[in-house]
Amino acid sequence: MHDLTRRGLLGAATALAAPLLAGPLAGPALAQPKWPARPVQMLCPWAAGGGTDAVLRIVAILLEKELGQPFNVVNRTGGSGVVGHAAIAAAPADGYTLGIITAEICMLHWQGLTEVTYKNYTPLGLMNNDPPGIQVNINSPYKDVKQLADAIKASTPGKFKASGTGQGGIWHLALAGWLGAMGLKADHVRWVPSNGAAPAMQDLAANGLDFTTCSVPEARAMLDAGRARSLAVMAPERLSAFPNIPTLKEAMGVDYNSGAWRGIAGPPGLPAAVVSTMDAALGKVFASQEYKDFLNARGFGMVYADAAGFGEHMAKADVSLGDAMKAAGLAKV
Amino acid sequence: MSELYEAIRLVAAPDVVIAIVASAIYGLVVGSMPGLSATMATALLVPVTFWLSPIAAIATIITASAMAIFSGDIPGCLLRIPGTPASAAYTDEAYAMTRKGQAEMALGAGLWFSAIGGIVGTLSLVLMAPLLAEMALSFSTYEYFWLAFLGLMCATLVARSSPIKAIASMLLGLLIACIGMENPAGTPRFTFGMTDLLGGIEPIPALVGVFAVSEVMRAMASAEPPKLPKRKFGSILANQWMLTKKYQKPMWRGNFIGIIIGVLPGAGADMAAWVSYAMSKKFSKTPELFGTGHPEGLVEAGASNNASLASGWVPALLFGIPGDTITAIAIGVLYMKGLNPGPTLFTENARSMYALYLIFIIANIIMIPLGIVMIRMASTVLRAPRASIMPVILLLCAVGAYATGNNLFSVGLVGAFGILGFVMERNGYPVAALVLGIVMGSMVETNFVTSLIKSDGDVLPFFERPVSAVLAAMTIGALLWPLGVWIWNRTGGARLQPRGAAE
Repeated sequence: MHDLTRRGLLGAATALAAPLLAGPLAGPALAQPKWPARPVQMLCPWAAGGGTDAVLRIVAILLEKELGQPFNVVNRTGGSGVVGHAAIAAAPADGYTLGIITAEICMLHWQGLTEVTYKNYTPLGLMNNDPPGIQVNINSPYKDVKQLADAIKASTPGKFKASGTGQGGIWHLALAGWLGAMGLKADHVRWVPSNGAAPAMQDLAANGLDFTTCSVPEARAMLDAGRARSLAVMAPERLSAFPNIPTLKEAMGVDYNSGAWRGIAGPPGLPAAVVSTMDAALGKVFASQEYKDFLNARGFGMVYADAAGFGEHMAKADVSLGDAMKAAGLAKV
Repeated sequence: MSELYEAIRLVAAPDVVIAIVASAIYGLVVGSMPGLSATMATALLVPVTFWLSPIAAIATIITASAMAIFSGDIPGCLLRIPGTPASAAYTDEAYAMTRKGQAEMALGAGLWFSAIGGIVGTLSLVLMAPLLAEMALSFSTYEYFWLAFLGLMCATLVARSSPIKAIASMLLGLLIACIGMENPAGTPRFTFGMTDLLGGIEPIPALVGVFAVSEVMRAMASAEPPKLPKRKFGSILANQWMLTKKYQKPMWRGNFIGIIIGVLPGAGADMAAWVSYAMSKKFSKTPELFGTGHPEGLVEAGASNNASLASGWVPALLFGIPGDTITAIAIGVLYMKGLNPGPTLFTENARSMYALYLIFIIANIIMIPLGIVMIRMASTVLRAPRASIMPVILLLCAVGAYATGNNLFSVGLVGAFGILGFVMERNGYPVAALVLGIVMGSMVETNFVTSLIKSDGDVLPFFERPVSAVLAAMTIGALLWPLGVWIWNRTGGARLQPRGAAE
């Protein structure tokens, strides 16, 4: 009886440990003519159950279909994303450890929190980009983004309060960038740090804030519930899932774009065969109906760039996010 | 009515039934492992839901999370190792009952009142969702600050040590909550240049360390306690009806508090359990029995934490605002399956909505038979020799800590908290108060600082908004109460019993 239970407990523990150990224990790569010859480990710097995790998991499933080897998602969390991002950059460059990297990689190093920048990766493909929106309470007097912008310009610094994420987070930088594009100082609107977009949207509905700059999908439930209104989206074109929300350029002639993006990348110096195979496979994954359905269902922005395009995207994002951080006084280096 | 019929048809579909049963067993097993939380059980299910029909997908999440929360009580009761921060509030009580030879009653109470709490919470979701949602939306950061502050004050009530030591433990917890950059200023604090500390100290590794690892250390340092008398494990449900009748008032109060705290996003089951346990002791006729193996607190807190789990779905379903980490994951699944949260879910998609209600009820009902089986299997650890149990626990703690982030750092963290917990217990400092400080610390700070940012440094809004005024009066009253008693006694009034530091 005792033995039985103990074996049960141990069995369960091994079953849990097995997928964790499978990656590192898989035999060393011999000179393989074809990649992938064995399962590929995909690292995710963010926790299981979140948006980035969901994107990586669906990509992994579709890659397996495409390339015939399992792609195992492993969440390597901690240090506000620093740990996982660093682990992808430091992985052996044999193509068997890849991962998903997010906009934070172009922010963390400006804050002096890590040495790792976008240059420490081999970009493989940009898979998604969620641009920030500008949301107000449904009872707000501002009917369009131009009215809101004029009111902000006319106000004393610090009178308007906005939120959407923590201090120095991606939506804070979106606000700083938007204000900069209007010729205002980055702190003209006071940022109220929040623990993510959901509490900020709740506080917006509770009349605690003037507006939020989180992404439209994050605001979606409050928009659907008739508690909030989205005035504009900071993107070059309208979102396919929200065709009624104008872009900043259409609504007030200010051309400012930003976004929380996610892409697949590997450590530097990946073999050319891996890059070309992944580049083509990710293109097919993005074009597949399953991936489109997934992004649409979650309301995630459908944006793709191939390996080279992703590299350019990151270089641009690094400069623009860095500028926004310097303007907001958040950059340390 | 035809909608309800449709909903029954949806839930009776073979794939949904299989999903409910399979995820129930999965949730029970994962939840009962020390160190593996209900949140993790839910997160690991997400990739599985990709292949399921919408109703089956939601059914797995609802069922697995309810089961895991209940079975988190099992290791707490049998080994003094709580599975979730919510069960940490009453772990000592349940373990004391086990030592008295009443393990079946303690576990049965956990099961029975969890199921009742879950069903009452679901009924509140069915009957009052729009009303409760309105209430949740009237809570701004000012109200949350007072609420979290009240939660902190439970520290002195739940511990059986001196209030000074309980407060010291709680303050140490607050200090630990300061670590990392997840604070309003986004500035790294106390990280000593270590990347791993940037994200702060998660409550789960701290909890596993101070309870489980320190328990293992204690077992090594002390002689094996006298064996529990060999006897047949009694009936699990036999006494529950008696308890239900005897503690009817605490039970309903637990349900009520659980529902109210549950609908407030961010407060959740943890706070519900702590507040309810503290209330139970405060209003009990026999507060001196608390901590010695007295079921009253278990009744109230057990009902409360499961009621809050169900009512936590209200803001999630109506506004897409997660009440806790589990509903945050569930919202993602809802979107993916086309059941977008919002009022239209209740009107246009009524049959799916009714199906969700039914799944909640079913999950809480099948929890009883499956839970009994689980308890019977788990209770064999009481008879197993300690030398064989303790290494397994240590292994599970390490695996669980590693599994949450695939990060060796959390394994070290569990070990460090184990040592801390061991030293604290040896010197009479309650570790539960430490956990409370870690859980509530960032909530108190964040809401205080963001409130001040919003009011441009003015403290008046903390008192002038109607709800926050009431909460402020309660908090300050509770703070001043012991002082008032002391002055009254000093000035020669009729002798009053001091009643602890918090109301």
